[in-house]
Amino acid sequence: MAAQTLYDKLWQAHLVSTRDDGTSLLYIDRQLLHEVTSPQAFEGLRLAGRTPWRLDANLATADHNVPTTSLERSEGVDGIKDNVSRIQVMTLDDNCQSFGIELYSINDLRQGIVHVVGPEQGATLPGMTVVCGDSHTSTHGAFAALSHGIGTSEVEHVMATQCLLQRKMKNMQVRVEGELGRGVTAKDIVLAVIGKIGTAGGTGYAIEFAGSAIRDLSMEGRMTICNMSIEAGARVGLVAADETTFDYIRNRPFAPRAEQWDAAVAYWRNLVSDEGAHFDKIVELDAAEIEPQVTWGTSPEMVAGVHDSVPDPAQESDATKRRGIERALEYMGLEANQAITDIKLDCVFIGSCTNSRIEDLREAAKVAQGRRVASSVKLAMVVPGSGLVKKQAEKEGLDRIFKEAGFEWREPGCSMCLAMNADKLGAGEHCASTSNRNFEGRQGYGGRTHLVSPAMAAAAAIAGHFVDVRDFDQAPRAAVSA
Amino acid sequence: MQKFVRKEGLVAPLDRSNVDTDLIIPKQFLKSIKRSGFGPNLFDELRYLDEGYPGQDCSQRPKNPDFVLNQPRYEGASVLLARSNFGCGSSREHAPWALEDFGFKVIIAPSFADIFFNNAFKNGLLLITLDEETVDRLFKEVEANEGYRLDVDLDGQNVITPSGEQIPFEVDSFRKYCLQNGLDDIGITLEQADAIRTFEAQHKTEQPWLFRDA
Ligand code: SF4
Repeated sequence: MAAQTLYDKLWQAHLVSTRDDGTSLLYIDRQLLHEVTSPQAFEGLRLAGRTPWRLDANLATADHNVPTTSLERSEGVDGIKDNVSRIQVMTLDDNCQSFGIELYSINDLRQGIVHVVGPEQGATLPGMTVVCGDSHTSTHGAFAALSHGIGTSEVEHVMATQCLLQRKMKNMQVRVEGELGRGVTAKDIVLAVIGKIGTAGGTGYAIEFAGSAIRDLSMEGRMTICNMSIEAGARVGLVAADETTFDYIRNRPFAPRAEQWDAAVAYWRNLVSDEGAHFDKIVELDAAEIEPQVTWGTSPEMVAGVHDSVPDPAQESDATKRRGIERALEYMGLEANQAITDIKLDCVFIGSCTNSRIEDLREAAKVAQGRRVASSVKLAMVVPGSGLVKKQAEKEGLDRIFKEAGFEWREPGCSMCLAMNADKLGAGEHCASTSNRNFEGRQGYGGRTHLVSPAMAAAAAIAGHFVDVRDFDQAPRAAVSA
Repeated sequence: MQKFVRKEGLVAPLDRSNVDTDLIIPKQFLKSIKRSGFGPNLFDELRYLDEGYPGQDCSQRPKNPDFVLNQPRYEGASVLLARSNFGCGSSREHAPWALEDFGFKVIIAPSFADIFFNNAFKNGLLLITLDEETVDRLFKEVEANEGYRLDVDLDGQNVITPSGEQIPFEVDSFRKYCLQNGLDDIGITLEQADAIRTFEAQHKTEQPWLFRDA
């Protein structure tokens, strides 16, 4: 057989049938559900008198709308103040109960952002097809699983048929070779990739991230990278399976046990691109050259190294791009040629499905330890990705480090990533955010988002403006006030 | 989904191009948990003079008398005559849901946005693409003749005007088949239920760990 890419293999292993026009029926192993994109799908099923094809393939949790303050959370679903949000969360609970779908509702320890919860439970396994009514489903590709974001009709389609109608994508490989510099993380890699290929660079492709710098990453880091492949236009991001993958999965609740574990690992070892497999496009980056990244504009591709400056539209020869830069600078309230390190912050958000896992919180805590959030910063918050991440962080004392430094320590959820709950930016406020989208209004009407890594966000909170976390790390720590 | 064979109905003209999904249904209505009930908020910003919010009683709101759907002569319209690039913007399905809920069955325009086009058919709407010139002529006829109706024959792929003129249109055979038989994507896929079951059984032998009951 001809050499295949990882994507080719995953596609082939789930193909039920193909029509003449190339539209294929793909079998789906796992569907993750949350409260925003599922209610109409359940309603559709009911109206048509249909039942889910395979209950055990589904797993649900509430994340987008849940409040993150302990006070509001203490009363469970009933305590959600916003009417519409409360109804959405209640509807998910009701639907899961009446159809018999496993659900981690609001104050379950296992509740959290759907893309944190799936892998954490071992519900995302190598070789699977994973779907969810959310574009950041690409996250799960870190496990060598074929994962897509889908629309509401498709959510219903998968529930009713266990299949999805798809057309095959093209293959792209992004190779990142070499060693990352100190203080440079997975987030910086993916922002640098998006800066290089642009937000439409991956459209129509499944991107496989490869190279020694990717292999050296933890599963958390690989998830951060695949999470943002959609920000490069690719609905699918992938990383080959290896020992790091297996070590992460072992003993998780949904993971195979005993002799099934051995059989599974033997199967998973083949989930790599074959030597000589054909990629339609290859992009290469040198890990050593990547600096800590900061976005300055209103699209993730508008990104620069922390020592760079905001671009000058006058230097851009392409008229459309020039207007784009001008518009972004106006919205962001920035001057051409302003140093990135001169950007002052009103708010800092550490969280989201990109960077709210235990490793992310550890990195941020390392920077925050023994320091204080600058008085000019109005709100610095840490929102763990799940109840289990929160618990682990508390066990390690990270919550104390954050609180002593002046950060708010919140309950798990999407929170200020998209501001669907009460956590919002005010108009004109600048926020250093570990999330994935810096679109206009994403974190609140008129809000200005700068995407960074958790360490860079923590350092910015302390300094009150962007700083290079590598210099910052050497600076003395102030005594912590008791 | 309802079977679509032949529909005869009053025509309402929406004379503007690039009507995007936000204009069809503004984003404050997306927090709803239903796919029905969006009709009263279809074209909300054009239809009412105040700002709409979810759950409101729309019958009490001040209407914009200039907006075409508020004019008595177009009451009960089921055919929407529109301009080019209708339905551009996001992938949200609330746009076709709102059009359908309002009572539209057919939309005629010189061109439609891609994702909207797919979503509309998935929800039983028939979108007909006619050339610019013909659409322009229809706009004139609709405006000149109160009570102007079109007869849309999907089987014969013809739009029939009150004067008896037949305007042929193209429609993808797979989509036509789905509409005629009232089959949605799910219905079509379920025709392959046996193939899915066979695949599933094989898949379960190869990777039993993907099935919790295995
Ligand atoms: S954290 Fe943000 S990007 Fe991730 S699922 Fe929630 S809203 Fe979407």
